[in-house]
Amino acid sequence: MVEFEGIILHIGSFLVIAGIYAIINVGLNVHYGHTGLFNIGIAAFFALGAYTASILVMPPPNPDLYQRYEWGGNLAFTLGSERIGFDLWFPLVLIAAAAVCAAVAYLVGSVTIRLRGDYLAITTLGLGETIRLVFTNEGWLADGTRGLNGIPRVMDGLVDPHWYDFVFLPLVLIVLVIVYFVSQRLAASPWGRVILAIRENEDTVEVVGKNAFQFKLQAFAYGAALMGIGGALYAFAKHSITPAAFEPFFATFIIWAMLILGGSGNHRGAILGSFVLWAVISSSQFLPGFLGDPNLRLAVIGLLIVVVLLVRPAGLIPETRTRT
Amino acid sequence: MVINTNALRDAVVSIVGERGFKAIERSVLVFVFALAVWALIWQLDLTVNGLLVGSVYALGAVGLSLVYGNLHLPNIAHGDYMTLGAFVALFVFGSLVPEVWSQNSVGPFTFSYTLFIALPIGVAFVAVFAVAVDQLVYRTMRRRGALPGVMALASLGVAIALRGFIQYIWGTEVEHFPRVSKKFFIWTVDLFHLQDVQVRVPPDMIFVAAAAIVLTLATYLFLNMTKWGKAMRAAADNEDLARVTGIDVERTNLLTWVIGGGMAAAAGILFATGQGQLLTISGWKLLIPLFAAVVAGGIGNPYGAFAGAIFVGVVGEVSTAWLEPSYKPAVFFAAIIVLLLVRPNGLFGQSRS
Repeated sequence: MVEFEGIILHIGSFLVIAGIYAIINVGLNVHYGHTGLFNIGIAAFFALGAYTASILVMPPPNPDLYQRYEWGGNLAFTLGSERIGFDLWFPLVLIAAAAVCAAVAYLVGSVTIRLRGDYLAITTLGLGETIRLVFTNEGWLADGTRGLNGIPRVMDGLVDPHWYDFVFLPLVLIVLVIVYFVSQRLAASPWGRVILAIRENEDTVEVVGKNAFQFKLQAFAYGAALMGIGGALYAFAKHSITPAAFEPFFATFIIWAMLILGGSGNHRGAILGSFVLWAVISSSQFLPGFLGDPNLRLAVIGLLIVVVLLVRPAGLIPETRTRT
Repeated sequence: MVINTNALRDAVVSIVGERGFKAIERSVLVFVFALAVWALIWQLDLTVNGLLVGSVYALGAVGLSLVYGNLHLPNIAHGDYMTLGAFVALFVFGSLVPEVWSQNSVGPFTFSYTLFIALPIGVAFVAVFAVAVDQLVYRTMRRRGALPGVMALASLGVAIALRGFIQYIWGTEVEHFPRVSKKFFIWTVDLFHLQDVQVRVPPDMIFVAAAAIVLTLATYLFLNMTKWGKAMRAAADNEDLARVTGIDVERTNLLTWVIGGGMAAAAGILFATGQGQLLTISGWKLLIPLFAAVVAGGIGNPYGAFAGAIFVGVVGEVSTAWLEPSYKPAVFFAAIIVLLLVRPNGLFGQSRS
């Protein structure tokens, strides 16, 4: 019986994390699949979203627990979190995380996107490291390497904390559905058609009088905002975050592999890829012997990207290309 | 002109006019230059070490820039090629040469003559590896006419897979080559009779810097003096034109990988020697300063990359006078951003129309 309960619990936490990865992946698909922006600093926005959300909900530091961050509690209280209650504060926190990420993306993007395409890859690579370094070194901001623990939970107390994943799961899925429909709608809108046209041929877009740079910048900020929302949900799901959680493997590489596997250029592919790959990765730890080695997992993730690009570049669900 | 083509310039010009802009530009330049010279003199120790670290970055950056320029591929696996080279050398030290051979060191350095066995083996291995990856992955993609972004993505996959296998085989602990502890070189410099500054330099770094300069010089001579080198440059410049004039572009591509991979391995081995330690992650961590160097030097310009690497090395070391050393990657990131804002074509690049 215990065995059975364990499996159910595992499935719950699997679905929550896979759903969060799916949200981030829709953001990456807006970047790479739709606009053709090569972002290898997903970790930057993932971490920013998670930390923004946590700082906005953390209670004041408890000296007995050696907590020494400064912004927790005060900031949330000043902004009025107590007055409206945490469950209503929660959506505002998600929006704040999205806004911070969009703002950072806008700043970085306005420097690099105008230049050669591959400069963005180089800068985002640096951005991912830099953001993590800031949270590692600045103890006053988020307690440095110790990270933030005991992040409050939305709709806490409904069930035994043991089963909390099943309270949080519907929320994640609702956000995923909203993100999916908004992004899908945007892709079909005039704005989205310009974005797709930029990916296909930027010069043509310029010739018909569209400012391709502005469109790319907006797409970059929008995708980053989705990654921020994913990061915020991640912080709530995990209940605690440390800078080490945003090392490139789990915060960047896996997400790329998911997108390529699922099929870039297509939000449904991005979401499917997230669930499929996370199922494989999260169950691989139960594999016996050398198959469960985390380093081998890293190698397989890398090989997966290369092999899918070579054998089936369109991924599991190829993008349907419309001709007009 | 300092600022080439961008928003910053347009915005400033619209406020103060063209002449005002020139005046601002000149005074900012003078100010920054004076500040830099002042900082470099008072932080002589860090400056000297920055020059040496920069020369190791240069080894990696020259190869990276060469591949970038010739194959239009920002090779994200370059750092992991460096790691691979270093671990192959570790294998040579550990398993191929008898341990006794490594016990006597050369002159003032910490390494023994066995480094000169391990270095060529590592270089050859990675060169062959780079060519093999090109044949298996990138050539297929080139034939298919894949976009540069897709190729870069494939190189990310190669980087992840390679690091995974290296960690699977060797584990993730800190390793080091066989070494004999040696004293640092210490010079005391009297600065204008105001202050004595101690310059402390690990002896290995001097060797590493010299090796970096020799290898870069050899690359320069190869690219400019030999038939194959000229063919490579021609293919980088205009692939179709090169093909029409009878250059085998596939072969120059392979040659690019041989040189790029070989130099990556040399950089990885020399960096591990100079640092006295070797981590599976160190190559990946080096990507940020290497790309900063390539951007500073102007992409596809190997000699620019050398100067860019020296610049990046000095900036990184001198920054530790005021910032936590762990913030170095953030300094490199800031350097990339500032360079892209101010000189998008590199420190010495011409503005292209």
